[in-house]
Amino acid sequence: MSDTAQSFPTRVDISLTVNGEPVDARVDVSRHLVDFLRLDLGLTGAHAGCEHGVCGACTLQVDGEIVRGCLMLAAQLDGAEVWTVEGLTETGALADLQAAFVERNALQCGFCTPGMLFAAADILAQGGQPSRVAIREHISGNYCRCTGYEAVVDAIETVAGARARGEEVSA
Amino acid sequence: MTINFGNPDRPNSYIGRTVPRPNARRLVEGRGRYVDDIVLPRMLHVAFVRSPHAHARILSVDTQEAAAVRGVRRIFTGTELAEHCTPWVAVLAHLKGLKSAPQHALAVDRVTWTGEAVVAVVADSRAAAEDGAALVEVEYDPLPVVTDIRTALDAATPLIHPDLGDNLTFRRLHEQGEVDTVFAEAHTVVEASFKTGRHTGVCLEPRSILADYNPAEGQMTVHHSTQAPHMMQSIIARHLDLPEGKVRVICGDVGGSYGIKVHVYPDEMATAAIAKAMGRPVKFIADRIESFTTDIHARDHEIDARIAIDGEGKILAIDVDDWTGIGPYSVYPRTSAIEGNQVVNLCGGPYDFAAYRARTTVVLQNKTPTCQYRAVGHPIAAAITEGLVDFAAEALGMDPVEIRRRNLIKDDAYPYTSPANMRFEGLSHHASLAKLLELMDYDGLRAEQAALREKGIYRGIGIASFIELTNPSPFMYGIGGARISAQDGCTVRMDPDGSVVAMSGVTEQGQGTEAMLAQVVAEAVGVPVGRVKVITGDTQTTPYGGGTWASRGAGIGGEAALQAGLALKESILTVAASMLQASAEGLDIVDGAVADKATGEARMPLEELGRIVYFRGDTLPKGLPRELVQTRHFITSDYPFAFTNGVQASYLEVDTETGFVKLLKHWCVEDCGRVINPQLVDEQIRGGIVQGIGGALYEECHYDEDGQLLNANMADYLVPMAAEMPDMVIGHVETPTKESVLGAKGAGEAGTAGAPAAVMNAINDALRPLGGRVTEMPFTPARILAALGTV
Repeated sequence: MSDTAQSFPTRVDISLTVNGEPVDARVDVSRHLVDFLRLDLGLTGAHAGCEHGVCGACTLQVDGEIVRGCLMLAAQLDGAEVWTVEGLTETGALADLQAAFVERNALQCGFCTPGMLFAAADILAQGGQPSRVAIREHISGNYCRCTGYEAVVDAIETVAGARARGEEVSA
Repeated sequence: MTINFGNPDRPNSYIGRTVPRPNARRLVEGRGRYVDDIVLPRMLHVAFVRSPHAHARILSVDTQEAAAVRGVRRIFTGTELAEHCTPWVAVLAHLKGLKSAPQHALAVDRVTWTGEAVVAVVADSRAAAEDGAALVEVEYDPLPVVTDIRTALDAATPLIHPDLGDNLTFRRLHEQGEVDTVFAEAHTVVEASFKTGRHTGVCLEPRSILADYNPAEGQMTVHHSTQAPHMMQSIIARHLDLPEGKVRVICGDVGGSYGIKVHVYPDEMATAAIAKAMGRPVKFIADRIESFTTDIHARDHEIDARIAIDGEGKILAIDVDDWTGIGPYSVYPRTSAIEGNQVVNLCGGPYDFAAYRARTTVVLQNKTPTCQYRAVGHPIAAAITEGLVDFAAEALGMDPVEIRRRNLIKDDAYPYTSPANMRFEGLSHHASLAKLLELMDYDGLRAEQAALREKGIYRGIGIASFIELTNPSPFMYGIGGARISAQDGCTVRMDPDGSVVAMSGVTEQGQGTEAMLAQVVAEAVGVPVGRVKVITGDTQTTPYGGGTWASRGAGIGGEAALQAGLALKESILTVAASMLQASAEGLDIVDGAVADKATGEARMPLEELGRIVYFRGDTLPKGLPRELVQTRHFITSDYPFAFTNGVQASYLEVDTETGFVKLLKHWCVEDCGRVINPQLVDEQIRGGIVQGIGGALYEECHYDEDGQLLNANMADYLVPMAAEMPDMVIGHVETPTKESVLGAKGAGEAGTAGAPAAVMNAINDALRPLGGRVTEMPFTPARILAALGTV
């Protein structure tokens, strides 16, 4: 084996937590995060919409930051903490937001929705009552071809208001 | 049985109420099941080698290196695949003269647009299939390329399909009245040329298919992201030489479609054919560049038009010459002549006038094929018509609202036949316009606009009336010979626990079909909506139907569900009458229980009736009908289409320094007949408006003269994003169709139909004091600055 091949293995071992559970995996170095989740772990909530970082359908959380699952490699994840829509549904972290999306019909086909929820949760995490303009700016990295965005903005605005008032919204 | 819609306090009054969608919770939890989420044992993946040329002869294909890639299982060239899938020619008999060439699943001998599939590489993984595809060597001999619409028929232009004799695929001229005389004698004639940008649907879920052929059973099961499962069943059967009964198409969650997923795509047919040839499941998920270069495009039109008016602003005549380029093939099986045909059918549609001439010329090009996309032809017809009407008002110094008041077909004039020979059962243009003006405070906005102009701020108000074709009869496709059902069916079943299952031939792509069906069935049978389970998208279990297109889900599928539900109710009450020793006429079903009709008093829960029918049938009289399953179908017959109407308004600001347009607000009042679920209808309108705005301001497939698509990615092809979109106010006027008990017409496309015209008129209203005018979509900053003469 040449030096080059030794320094650039085609597979690497990673240990991480996904949705709070430890995962050990040997991944192809070209495996994208979204493919790792979808194909290797069966977590199909994150969707591959464009695979070049524009549409936002694969948005999820790594080490507390929202990232594009198509722009990150699984090989980068050693020691990382990854949360997907499945995990945050189980913990209830998104429950009020999900309930508001259903109530306001802030989704149609649902393909953008898991990614949109992460973008929404991200602005909500900043606290306070963001303006509609600020909400629109914050979700402008997430395509939605169905709703025209207004219902999504309404749902996020409603949850921000409820959280600011300290109200509990049940799923 | 009928329903007293006039009484909002009637029992089980779900129709007309906002009821949450049964599938929404699943989707927000990431539990959707789109085609790419499905994994089958021994599943293979296919990747396609696609043409880098817009037009070229295929000289040779070398697959040797590709075949050696680890994981590659088989490679098919066009010639090899042609043995497994027959070609198609997309024509319809009622579109006289329409012609197209045979199209194969994979190109044979020649490629005709960049992106056309040439070779299929099948492998254990998509990655291995792509690695293999990258190593396939195809040698091409480039041929002259046809891109321009207006010169496509010139003698000097090369022929795309020499066997067809020319590049003309369809031409239709419609003439009513003495058009030339009216124009010659009119007080005022206004002319304008329009362009609508070629654009595409950009479904967030790319086209997806997973075909699974089981040779032991001779059974093909196809998981498909589609709008028309039964149509696909028929087509896959025909071209793969299978009996229709041996093809099952299953359509689970669909991640957006908007008309994009109602067509036959060569790569999807290839995937099914490969599955049959290999006897294994094969998956194909388009990637984003494949979506841009092979999803159908639409709206590539150039139009010269004129309008004749008298001194009072009365429209006397409209004359339209429409040219459109459709790519190298008419798209199967709906054809690519429909969009131009719709332009001929729809121009001038909202107005009462007599003399009309319209011609569409549909030509071939070496670009991605075009076909029906949301609101087919309507945004083009509305832009032409509403642009002309505004320019006519300007010529007379008349307010845009006033000229519409003088010309819109009167609300008591129905039934009415338009000069394009479209028959309108009942529309509400004037009531809708009045409601719109009230919602938007038209006079207040005009005052604000005038005040801001004093400060050098250029705001515009644009109005656009429109009609929209919905609830199609077989006059749309069936009479032309296509096996596309205009009829739809619903089977409704009561199970032992009193719950109800409804199986429908219309399909769900996120618009809320299943919610709509659930509430219609819940009301018809008399059960809580949560007790109705709706099943759609499976040719093996649902009644035969057309699926979802031309805004037919609620109007056709909803009526079938209503009739099936009412029939089931009657069956239930027949049994209940026997059990309760009462007359069926004196009983009702309220909130899941048999009740006394007069008092509403509950007599017996449906669970009890279910228990007796299914487990103790011996206690019922011999011969008592006890069919707790009922199926009904519905087809329209009085009118070829149920037209709806509406009117939109756009309020925006043009930055005259940069040419940027800021959308401030948008209004739409539309009349889709009976509104079944107000929230879902409003959200269909909002989503539709934004897709229309996309065409007006952002979306355009840019080609160079070699036929190369220059912006086939999401970074360069712009779509509406949240930050640029306005809030939208939606209002309704309800004129139910009398063709059905439900009275629903379609609502899914109205937003898209009128939005581009409203935005165009608003921009021109803003530019008017500066003397500029735009008519070429999308209205980019560059085009606006050019109109202002500053660049």
